[in-house]
Amino acid sequence: MEKSTLTEAASAAPVAKTRGHMPAGLNVAVLGPFVALLLACIFFATQSDRFLTGGNLSLILQQVAVVGVIAIGQTLVILTAGIDLSCGMVMALASMVMTKLATEQGLPPLLAVLCGIAVAALFGLANGLLVTRIRLPSFIVTLGTMNIAFAATQLYSNAQTINDLPPTLTALGNTFTLGGTAVAWGTIVMLGLYALAWYLLRETAAGRHVYAVGNNPEATRLVGIPTQRVLLVVYVVAAILYGVAALLSVARTGVGDPNAGQTENLDAITAVVLGGTSLFGGRGVVIGSLVGALVVGVFRNGLTLIGVSSIYQVLVTGVLVILAVAVDQLSRRGAR
Amino acid sequence: MKQIVPNLAQTLVVALAGLASLAAFAADQPVIGLITKTDTNPFFVKMKEGATEMAKEKGAKLMSAAGTKDGDNATQVTAIENMITAGAKTILITPNDSKAIVPALQKARAQGVMMIALDSPADPENATDALFATDNYKAGVLIGQYAKAALGGKPAKIITLDLFPGHPVGAQRHNGFMKGFGLAGAPEKSSNELGKAPEIVCSADSFGDQAKGQTAMENCLQKNPDVNLVYTINEPAAAGAHTALQRAGKDKGVIIVSVDGGCAGVRNVKAGVIAATSQQYPLKMASLGVAAGVDYAKTGKKVAGYTDTGVTLIADKPMAGIESKDSAEGLKMCWGK
Repeated sequence: MEKSTLTEAASAAPVAKTRGHMPAGLNVAVLGPFVALLLACIFFATQSDRFLTGGNLSLILQQVAVVGVIAIGQTLVILTAGIDLSCGMVMALASMVMTKLATEQGLPPLLAVLCGIAVAALFGLANGLLVTRIRLPSFIVTLGTMNIAFAATQLYSNAQTINDLPPTLTALGNTFTLGGTAVAWGTIVMLGLYALAWYLLRETAAGRHVYAVGNNPEATRLVGIPTQRVLLVVYVVAAILYGVAALLSVARTGVGDPNAGQTENLDAITAVVLGGTSLFGGRGVVIGSLVGALVVGVFRNGLTLIGVSSIYQVLVTGVLVILAVAVDQLSRRGAR
Repeated sequence: MKQIVPNLAQTLVVALAGLASLAAFAADQPVIGLITKTDTNPFFVKMKEGATEMAKEKGAKLMSAAGTKDGDNATQVTAIENMITAGAKTILITPNDSKAIVPALQKARAQGVMMIALDSPADPENATDALFATDNYKAGVLIGQYAKAALGGKPAKIITLDLFPGHPVGAQRHNGFMKGFGLAGAPEKSSNELGKAPEIVCSADSFGDQAKGQTAMENCLQKNPDVNLVYTINEPAAAGAHTALQRAGKDKGVIIVSVDGGCAGVRNVKAGVIAATSQQYPLKMASLGVAAGVDYAKTGKKVAGYTDTGVTLIADKPMAGIESKDSAEGLKMCWGK
């Protein structure tokens, strides 16, 4: 009897805590990046008449699709108070697996893609098992798998780019016309995945469990939620998303590039942090990561349009990251 | 107790290695070190191939090492120290950081080791005994001249996809291209600043990377859709530019020129993706370096100054008055797969 009351109390605690936090989180941490994005767009629209065209906006979405999809996986991991440093390298390995199997081994393209995603998922499984079973910090585990995936990519590909891909592999790079604007299928995939992730995190029990694990793992475990299994699933799902990002990257560039992924690693974390997701776990909205990726993409594109070196985009990104983390920290202090 | 066993083993290994190097000295076999920027770039794979072949031919012992990634200075410094300890009297190096490597170079030379820079100079250039490298300015001049002829008097609207700010190789190729094309205000060879001209409507950094080159080209195309000539720092950037043009439906009327001469790049010349590229020869840099090292070990005579390892214009549509070789010739001399 007493035990059940305890369970109820514990059960109410993390959920109430998350719900209580969400609107506040939305206000400060998520509206902030939206405002930054909006201001950047207004600024570039006044500076260049080519910025606010359908074609250009569609282009920016295409350019952030790869980082955007990786960032969904990264958001899941960061929501559980972890971090995944292996994301870009796992993506690169998956892209080499799918392109090499489809060309040199002559596998049917769709099967090759599935193999690439499966290899990514294996890395996610390894990350998840090491974090849950041996209880190593995710930072260290994924630092290790990042290096392993990088070496595996170089060894497997012999550092050679794979050309002449079958059209199926590059299909997501093709465009269709929507209201006179060419939109890439890859953009649609990214937006679809964001909608799906947003729905799952917000509306399903499994999604709430991800927040709960990040907020208070001990209370979550006491309620009877299998925290270890939640974590394992998060790492595997994240890695599957890196595999999908690999396909988008292949489709966009039309090649299997062994040097891909090296900047995407930190770019994805940057997007998540810019989007207002807390590095301490348990707080954040996945759409914010898309906004974070777009902020970077808009600056890179806009600065080129007005003829300014894109190195300033890197500068602006640095300032915004610090701002985003500072806002998160201050709002946390306020909540206490 | 358990700790002692691996320690013993380690000591044994070190002792054996010491004996082995003594044996090398006894046989009077010249020891030559090769330190490349990275292990993975096909350019340096070819360089190592050239060094290995020449070492075999001349009966020298070759040791090699590489930075872990572009820009990694610390690993290269460690490699220099280790190679000197192992008895190297000549070390060939492609500096990852042309300035940061200088103290390590000076220390090595003070111990009587001949240091030769391959492909990129140290800064200052005389921090090494000698430099065996491509003349990057000339490489730019050649494709600039070709582009001028290929455009045939049409007013030029040029996009340049450069390396990244402040890199001497990036500046030399860019400025050489301007010089060859005959643009007013082309900077001289010694400049590390990218030249500007009204004909260059958009310049963006590609970092020599295909995906980043594509993104840079897409953004430039938004600004200047009426481009007719694209200069690219290397062939991966050129391939990225081509993909961007293709997606925009503009791949027919635009000329792309580049530098490197990697096999993938030369095949892109054959396929008509790249109009012309300046080919450089990493194999030659390394084999000249090893030969110089063997010479130094035998005669005590060092090489000095700059040796141009040559550059050849590869193009399948030759232009009157401009010397070039076709892609079939280029493929015989290319590097990578």
